[in-house]
Amino acid sequence: MWLRFEPRAEPSRLMRYLSPIIAVALMLASGMVLFMLLGKSPMEGFKVFFLNPLKDSYGVAELFLKATPLMLCAVGLAVGFRANVWNIGAEGQLLVGALAGGWLALHFEGSNSPLLLPGMIVAGALGGMLWASIPALLRTRFNANEILTSLMLVYIAELMVSWLVHGPWKDPDGFNFPQTKLFTAKALLPVLMPGTRVNAALFIAIAALIAGWVFMNRSFMGYQMKVAGQAEHASRYAGFSAKRSVWLGMLVGGGMAGIAGISEVAGPIGQITEHISPGYGFAAMIVAFVGRLSPVGIFFASLLMALLYMGGEQAQQYLNLPYSISKVFQGMLLFFLLGSDVFINFRVRLLRRINK
Amino acid sequence: MNHRNFVLTILGGATLLASTPLLAADPPTKIGFVYVSPVGDAGWTFQHDQGRKQMEAALKGKVTTKFIENVPEGADAERIIRQLAQDGSRIVFTTSFGYMNQTAKVATAFPNVTFFHATGYKQGKNLGTYNARFYEGRYLNGVIAGKMTKSNIAGYVAAFPIPEVMQGINAFTQGMRSVNPKAQVRVIWVNSWFDPGKEREAALTLISQGADMITHHTDSTAVVQAAEEKHKENKNLYAFSYHSDMSKYGPTAQLTGTTHIWGDFYTKIVNEVLAGTWTGTNLWGGFKDGMIRLAPLNSAVSAELKTQVAKMQAEIVAGKLHPFAGPVVDQDGKERVAKGKSMSDGDLGAMNYYVQGVASTLPKR
Repeated sequence: MWLRFEPRAEPSRLMRYLSPIIAVALMLASGMVLFMLLGKSPMEGFKVFFLNPLKDSYGVAELFLKATPLMLCAVGLAVGFRANVWNIGAEGQLLVGALAGGWLALHFEGSNSPLLLPGMIVAGALGGMLWASIPALLRTRFNANEILTSLMLVYIAELMVSWLVHGPWKDPDGFNFPQTKLFTAKALLPVLMPGTRVNAALFIAIAALIAGWVFMNRSFMGYQMKVAGQAEHASRYAGFSAKRSVWLGMLVGGGMAGIAGISEVAGPIGQITEHISPGYGFAAMIVAFVGRLSPVGIFFASLLMALLYMGGEQAQQYLNLPYSISKVFQGMLLFFLLGSDVFINFRVRLLRRINK
Repeated sequence: MNHRNFVLTILGGATLLASTPLLAADPPTKIGFVYVSPVGDAGWTFQHDQGRKQMEAALKGKVTTKFIENVPEGADAERIIRQLAQDGSRIVFTTSFGYMNQTAKVATAFPNVTFFHATGYKQGKNLGTYNARFYEGRYLNGVIAGKMTKSNIAGYVAAFPIPEVMQGINAFTQGMRSVNPKAQVRVIWVNSWFDPGKEREAALTLISQGADMITHHTDSTAVVQAAEEKHKENKNLYAFSYHSDMSKYGPTAQLTGTTHIWGDFYTKIVNEVLAGTWTGTNLWGGFKDGMIRLAPLNSAVSAELKTQVAKMQAEIVAGKLHPFAGPVVDQDGKERVAKGKSMSDGDLGAMNYYVQGVASTLPKR
């Protein structure tokens, strides 16, 4: 007996939108089994992992706080991914954005100018774009694979952060510890709800999602990029510039990731340290795919992803499970999503015996 | 004192100590610990967890403890620290430098919870700090290395050039050269607290450069293990462990080590908080306070040297010997501490240079 995968002539549109929901359902089901195997009550596990984080307004605010950088990175990445521009380096672009905006905050320390924060956000976007322009240039000029170059630039960005906080940007009154001074009031994003940490970056993220939707669905350039992603030859035949797609995909991804960097350093962290992001740039790739590369989907997917992070913390605290449990859930989510996509695009045939 | 007052005093005293069986009926106090890495079986977090267990055993029935391991330093830590406080922990220990600002923020929001932050420098009404003078142990390790080396080269695998690490390297060098002026120390930075692969690589490089005494300021057991392996080729190759006693990983090669002992401190400070006598902590304790200890000395260390080291340790406890007693001269020949003086805690906390005898140069800024 053999299994054969045959491409479907026309993959179901409905199923394309249902597959993330199927993936979430499968993730939950396997999660329950996992809790059982670990000797915990599945209902209790579910409660702790998915409901506990949201039991009060602080928890809900934290969910949005955590989802903000994911939304920003994911919507930027989705623009490129739609055109088959594989920017894997959002994490590095996030860091360089944080450095660029953070430099302003440190340079104009104590400034009362209302322009400081907007300036930092713009600088953050430019920083991320600068970092993303390197793989874009290498790709368009030398045809270097952007998957590799953008990924490798993440490590360079990490070392750059490390060097700056250990060296030139170190807080002189910080007993030589690797961190900058704390940003002053005007360099911090305003908090939306007193007593919580959710800040104005959430609005930027939502604006970015709306702008992303308009670009992808209502602009000619967005259309060109979609064609480039779905039918490369057709796009070339129509005279759409492939180079422009690469540049645009990389720059939008980099710019958004850079703003995500600002949302962290001018948000809950309030300074530059070696620990700016727990991997938002990478997690955003899962978010982008679970959200079907669409801004509406990304909004919900980033909330789900944020919940997985927070659920992992809760599971650690109340069920004595290791923190890696949230990684397991994230992995299962992506696995089931890619799995369902296989069945949407392919039909499985059971072949009894191949007779010659 | 009349009779009634006497009774009140006794009662008050009893409450203060909170040790009578009557009072033990109170629900135990919840205490939370936040760890930066998994507990594992050696290293920084492992030692804190040993301390937690020791404290819980010593205060059996009065406290329950809970720990959360592998908490990343950064924005997420604040939420986790906050949850511990919100959940009814009356005392929270956060055991890594990167939790400083987060702990301080949560401490302001929860005035009835007492927080202790290891290795930081921000204190408050309900926020204390604690750390240990690991450099005292390093100095004694250096003395042993200075006596036992044949190549006169020691190798040091280090994580990041923060003051605590600099103190260790410099104290080791001071100790080594106090008994062997020809000795030099070579340093390799691995830019990570925990990276067994890189740590091992660095140790092997130092060994190939002639170092026969190696030690580390990183979290894994890789350096001691590398020494154990290479000991077969060079019978005079030895290692000094850090954080934990790693003799399990280097039974022949480990001469001793500087181990961290937090249990006594945890027990004492929790008792103070429970009794309401705690008024603030900025404790930087060494041998004297029982916060560090030398790991058991290897049989390769001569009895004479053992006695000498024990004597020096007693002198450190008595305050007669200071690892950074003047003259302390840095690598560039600048005098950092004049003869007859010893380095102040402030200067120790800001150490950012190598002393004379370190053969490497610091990464340039």
